[in-house]
Amino acid sequence: MPALIDVHNLDFSFGSGELTQPVLKNVTISINKGEVVLMTGPSGSGKTTFLTIIGGLRQASNGSVKVLDQQLINSTEQVKVKVRQQTGYIFQQHNLLKPLTALQNVSMTLEMHNHMTERERLTQAADMLKAVGLGDRLNYKPEQLSGGQRQRVSIARALVGKPRIVLADEPTASLDKQSGQDAVGILKQLAKELGTTILLVTHDYRILDIADRVVELEDGMIQNA
Amino acid sequence: MTYLYFPARLAWRQLVHDRTKLIAAIFGVLFACVLVFMQLGFKDSLYASAASAPSRLSGDLFLMHKQSEAMWRPVNFKRSELMRTLGHPAVAQVSPLYIALAPFKNIETEVKRTLMVYGFNPDAQLFDINNVRNMHGELQLKDTVLFDEYSRPEFGPIRQLLEAGQNVTEINDYKLKIIGTFQLGVSFAADGNVVTSDLNFMRIFPNKKPGDIELGVIKLHPGASIKQVQAELSSLLNEFVNIFTFEELLEYEKLYWSNTAPIGFIFGFGTVMGLVVGLVIVYQILFTDIANYRNEFATLKAMGYQHGYFIRVVFASAFFLAILGFIPGYILSLGLYHLAESQIFMPMPMSFSKVTTVFFFILSMCATASFLAIRKLKDANPADMF
Ligand SMILES: Nc1ncnc2c1ncn2[C@@H]1O[C@H](COP(=O)(O)OP(=O)(O)OP(=O)(O)O)[C@@H](O)[C@H]1O
Ligand SMILES: [Mg+2]
Repeated sequence: MPALIDVHNLDFSFGSGELTQPVLKNVTISINKGEVVLMTGPSGSGKTTFLTIIGGLRQASNGSVKVLDQQLINSTEQVKVKVRQQTGYIFQQHNLLKPLTALQNVSMTLEMHNHMTERERLTQAADMLKAVGLGDRLNYKPEQLSGGQRQRVSIARALVGKPRIVLADEPTASLDKQSGQDAVGILKQLAKELGTTILLVTHDYRILDIADRVVELEDGMIQNA
Repeated sequence: MTYLYFPARLAWRQLVHDRTKLIAAIFGVLFACVLVFMQLGFKDSLYASAASAPSRLSGDLFLMHKQSEAMWRPVNFKRSELMRTLGHPAVAQVSPLYIALAPFKNIETEVKRTLMVYGFNPDAQLFDINNVRNMHGELQLKDTVLFDEYSRPEFGPIRQLLEAGQNVTEINDYKLKIIGTFQLGVSFAADGNVVTSDLNFMRIFPNKKPGDIELGVIKLHPGASIKQVQAELSSLLNEFVNIFTFEELLEYEKLYWSNTAPIGFIFGFGTVMGLVVGLVIVYQILFTDIANYRNEFATLKAMGYQHGYFIRVVFASAFFLAILGFIPGYILSLGLYHLAESQIFMPMPMSFSKVTTVFFFILSMCATASFLAIRKLKDANPADMF
């Protein structure tokens, strides 16, 4: 099976000169299509940094990072945007636009796909919200939703564009145990249906059971790839 | 279409989400709008009224002392200078115009207030104003004047007083009779006007010498080239005399108000201040909006939205604010224009060109605010989002 994410000998440091602080050291990992990979590790070990590089949000310059067959090392903005548009992101904060309803927020993802009509966008967004159990909350604004519901809206937003990859950074950190498990459960189930690859960073050991594979990052190095 | 429609729609949804902030922003634009409308209105009115008397003069060429800054504050020169132009074959008729400010006694209240007195030979027909033309015979009589009924009301309801048979008053402490009215209009220089004959003018101002004139009006034979005669005469005339065509005289009067007098500057300054205040308010609103939505914008960037999309969002917000502030600003200004016309008797027409000018100013103001605000978009960095 071809690797959707293929990282070889990735080095990354913040700062320059004397202040150089190496964060990722010689990281090598491949993740296949449809795989659900959880990444754990102590605070400051470089997990978030790794995710931003994979997602085309941060520029790395040493090693090889191939995502969806695009080389992200020293890549142009266009290449990164192309990768981003095929990637769904779930952040610790939901970052939904307050003025927009759940439905409008989710359909924002689809506005980048010009070939769709407004009606198609809204139908697909509504279907995705139903899939995350929010069919009766389509026209609620974020501040009228609970924390768990907001996170489910952002899961819907990440998945509605049928991304090839979903990157999530501690999506359950602001949720209680039950809603955290519900959210991740929905994420995994939908991702499996769509054949989406998931890379999820977490400290939350209660959700490790959804993973096909767990990798641990410690001090910038993969422990058990 | 979606290129502009989607960002504009997001901008609109953001604007209407926070009503308080929206209203504050609209008031900012409205304020700037009204201020600019009023400054421009007063300025145009000033220029129009400044040129109101000269624009009604009938003549082809005009002599004025070089030191005369404007018609209302003239430096006189010798009548012989004007007479010399008669030597030119194209010159048909020359007439002196005497101009002076003098106190006019309100018939009812006896309060004195300064107005402008024009004196000339009535048969020369120097003013192209109906009643002045028609009453040139009566104006020849001793101690008679015509009163400008568009003068400020402080001079008294002259028209009604005339109908009631009250027509005796004093100008420069000299008793005379008002024999009728005409229509000219006030200016910043004069609150009112009267015209009289050259002989009466000398009676009102006993120290005035008929040989010292304020303006010389030259009429040419039909078919003569004004420009050519002007060039030929100016080589003939003493160097301290200006010779103007009609258009040049009007331009000279306007230029006085826009350059020499600080008034042009004051209005320009007022306009700029209005726009600066509006600019700061709109900038502040756009800036805080970007700051508040920093994380959301960064998230959208992570999802693949490009920087240009957010620039369009900001410009669309500014555009909506411009429209939303301009419409009530225009309506309010329209009311204030009417108020000014009825209360201070200044002509304040709301011309289409003024509307488009102000709208252009407001649009530029909002666009500038956007240009300043979009730098803040750099803070929305998706790499800092996780
Ligand atoms: N923008 C930045 N500039 C400089 N140093 C940074 C920056 N972001 C992170 N770092 C440093 O890089 C290291 C790794 O940070 P990172 O956020 O990747 O850790 P993490 O594994 O996600 O930690 P946590 O579990 O606490 O979220 C840390 O030592 C941090 O101080
Ligand atoms: Mg982290």
